[in-house]
Amino acid sequence: MPETVSVAITVNGSKHDRAVEPRTLLVHFLREELDLTGVHIGCESTLCGACTVHFNGRAVKSCTVLAVQADGQEVTTIEGLAASADDLHPLQVGFWEKHGLQCGYCTPGMIMAAKQLLDDNPNPTEAEIREAIDGNICRCTGYQQIVDAVQHAADAAGAA
Amino acid sequence: MSVFRPNSVGKPIKRREDPRLIRGLGTYTDDVKLPRMTYAAFVRSDFAAGTIRSIDTTAAAAHAGVVGVYTYADMDGQVGATPIGVAIPGMPNHPLLANGRVLYVGHPVAVVVGETPYAARDAAAMVDVDIEPREAVVDVEAALARDAPKVYDELDSNVCLQIPAPNPEADKLFEQADRTLSIRLLNQRVAPLPMEGRAICAHWEEGPGKLTLWTSNQAPHSVKQQIAMCLGIPEIRVRAIAPEVGGGFGAKIPTYAEDALLCWVSRDLKRPVKWSETRTENLLGMTHGRGHVEKIEVAFLGDGRVLALKGQTISDIGAFRSFFGPFIALSTHTMSCGCYDIKAVAWKTSSVFTNTMATEAYRGAGRPEAAYIIERVMDEVAAATGLDPVAVRRRNFIRKDAFPHTTPSGATYDTGDYEKSLDRLMELAGYDEARAEQRGAREEGRLVGIGLATFTEVCGLGPSTGATPQQRMGTWESATVRVEPTGNVTVYTGVSPHGQGQETVFAQMASDAFGVDLDDVLVVHGDTDQVQHGVGTFGSRGIAVGGAALDMALVKVHAKATRIAAHHLDAPVDQIDYADGEFTVTGTDRKLTFRQVAEMAHLWNVAVPGEEPGLEAVARFEPSATTFPFGAHLCQVEIDPESGQIEIQRYVAVDDFGEVMNPMLADGQRLGGVVQGIGQAMWEEVQYDEGGQLLSGTLMDYAVPRARHFPRMVLDNTVTPTPINPLGAKGIGELGTIGATPCVVNAIVDALRPLGITNIDMPAKPERVWQAIQAAGAAQ
Repeated sequence: MPETVSVAITVNGSKHDRAVEPRTLLVHFLREELDLTGVHIGCESTLCGACTVHFNGRAVKSCTVLAVQADGQEVTTIEGLAASADDLHPLQVGFWEKHGLQCGYCTPGMIMAAKQLLDDNPNPTEAEIREAIDGNICRCTGYQQIVDAVQHAADAAGAA
Repeated sequence: MSVFRPNSVGKPIKRREDPRLIRGLGTYTDDVKLPRMTYAAFVRSDFAAGTIRSIDTTAAAAHAGVVGVYTYADMDGQVGATPIGVAIPGMPNHPLLANGRVLYVGHPVAVVVGETPYAARDAAAMVDVDIEPREAVVDVEAALARDAPKVYDELDSNVCLQIPAPNPEADKLFEQADRTLSIRLLNQRVAPLPMEGRAICAHWEEGPGKLTLWTSNQAPHSVKQQIAMCLGIPEIRVRAIAPEVGGGFGAKIPTYAEDALLCWVSRDLKRPVKWSETRTENLLGMTHGRGHVEKIEVAFLGDGRVLALKGQTISDIGAFRSFFGPFIALSTHTMSCGCYDIKAVAWKTSSVFTNTMATEAYRGAGRPEAAYIIERVMDEVAAATGLDPVAVRRRNFIRKDAFPHTTPSGATYDTGDYEKSLDRLMELAGYDEARAEQRGAREEGRLVGIGLATFTEVCGLGPSTGATPQQRMGTWESATVRVEPTGNVTVYTGVSPHGQGQETVFAQMASDAFGVDLDDVLVVHGDTDQVQHGVGTFGSRGIAVGGAALDMALVKVHAKATRIAAHHLDAPVDQIDYADGEFTVTGTDRKLTFRQVAEMAHLWNVAVPGEEPGLEAVARFEPSATTFPFGAHLCQVEIDPESGQIEIQRYVAVDDFGEVMNPMLADGQRLGGVVQGIGQAMWEEVQYDEGGQLLSGTLMDYAVPRARHFPRMVLDNTVTPTPINPLGAKGIGELGTIGATPCVVNAIVDALRPLGITNIDMPAKPERVWQAIQAAGAAQ
């Protein structure tokens, strides 16, 4: 059997202890070990953003992070974004309201990338939104309705 | 329009699909988990052409965690060849794994199955494939040369399909014309690049003797039939499921060799086997799109009227026939007249093998190539005659009272009003002001360009008895409407949406038919064990054909509900009025709700003479003809002469796709299509080197449109319904890619024309534009 190492990773607020192969990618850990299949794999090379999660509060592409690098750290995935299972995060509401998704494959990563933008800059311009999601590819929407979705979330947060 | 009063239909209803997708709870194929799962990894050819000397799988088979290694020899005689659509006599079959020879880089040679994906990939790297390389033929025009290396030794040439369509009338008009011009246009090979690549989970269950295949595909019923034929098992023992599908764009129409192969492997191992391609495998082994060389001659008059076209399309179909591959170029000929009253067309179409990945339908499939030709031609005619490109287009438009209109290339357009969409575009874009600004910019030496495309295309392929080989398939679509005793409704559709939003639009239709809430309708698709026969989602047919079938089924159920209501209200059927979920006896207050009727249909209707219990109907819609949406697009660019960098400053699109079911979803289809089209015009290109090595094998090398590339686009639409289906809707999925490439390239050429530049091939990369500017400068 391959050599394994122990990791303890806090994901969406719960701590998970697992023995993994040292080469295990964080995205595989999340999908295969924890069944968090909202984290999608689009390129295995940090170029498409489908696997974007938050790592200690910052957006990272989990296809090029090793699970062992996340040992002792905190990870948030799309499944842990909303306050509760019955709730939606304002970004999720924005994507729904503004038709910010079609096939849905890029959507979790797109939302997690947009979350970092709004964490850093609650009132972004359209150009700032486009810049912030530049590392995330969407092949369906042409991006305009994604921009609208992020703007909707920013407006909702501003109004709250 | 449908007989049902639109209440929900036509409104920007939020999608029913979204709550699961925005929470990460959708189930895509790779998310399927089964007990005793195994994982596949493919060994692929590193050579574009060669003879396999040997394959040594010993080390791979001995690797820890490996449960099976297969080459062609292991399945020889037990399976059929890779499924294809329409057979072409004399053309070779394509085995599921390379049999003695490899035909393109990425050609699957062996498959390794492991207990984990990591074990399978490790062992795949240990398979030793010894290939004697041969000279590959990569360039499609070179492949036509008499002495070209042949992809298939057993054929006389690399030509798969050649259809000449000469026309003496065209020759005559060329003699009568004031002017002629010729232009060579490239429609480069591009990668469809859905965000989810191909993914397969095959599960043979020995007990029931049944195969279940989850596959990221646009046409699961076709997959079911093809897998059954390939494996030699009855189709009633095959269940194909297209679960959540992360984009397709045409490349997920075919049943791939990998689909059939993993089904065979699962049956051999008696374990489920799963595979998701890497992005590099996706760029190597998912079908590509376009890949046309077009040689066009135009005969026209001094006033800009185009009389005739002569064209030659050379279509690079790659190393083997994909489902639609060899036939796509025929659509380019058929649609070559665009929205213009051209008198004669002569064409020659050649579909040619090369040592590259196969090409297949890609968002538009032959129509974007046609629009690119005729819209580039219109701008060149404008330049040659000194007329404004708008004036030339207006001079050539088919008049709105001339429909149905049959073109000399054999298409019969249903309806159109091209002046209307162009007028709206001119108004929305402020065309005259934009031209005035452009003149000012040119005086300052700036390279500002304005491009137009006024185009039409063809959707909702049909009828099934169509004349071209492409149409020799079922082009109908099916729907079942099942009303539960509560009045809740399940819709089963044969289309297989993967982002288009039919779960929402079809719920809107059912809601309008029966007065039930959207929440009380469930739309089921993409599972051959749940859904009656179906054809699938491609060619912009979801609404125009699938929606039409649903309308028919709703009408049938509604008619039965009306009869049941009439019986229980003790009134003749023709005295039953229906509105908003209530059946009322004309002129009285005696009424039954739809939900009451639904219950009666299941519980009390033994008392209804001549009616079976239940409230359900199946319908199949067979289109009598195709529909022809159209549009008018405008793009404005500015080019930096120092770098060749192009800035898209404006994009305005006025489309006409008939009746609109959900304007928010329609906008999404159009915006996404335009961006894909601009991607092809500006950046995207599948590149092979001379030896057939793929140079664009990662997203570092294959340039995809990103959010910052675009300004905010402006959309509007006009409404010219079609009589071909009861909804009056024409189809929308491919409009954007069809209008965008000529629109953008016309803008780029318009910017550069003062320098004497008359064409820029796609993609208009900065390097290519810069070189053209340098060459023009040197020439002057």
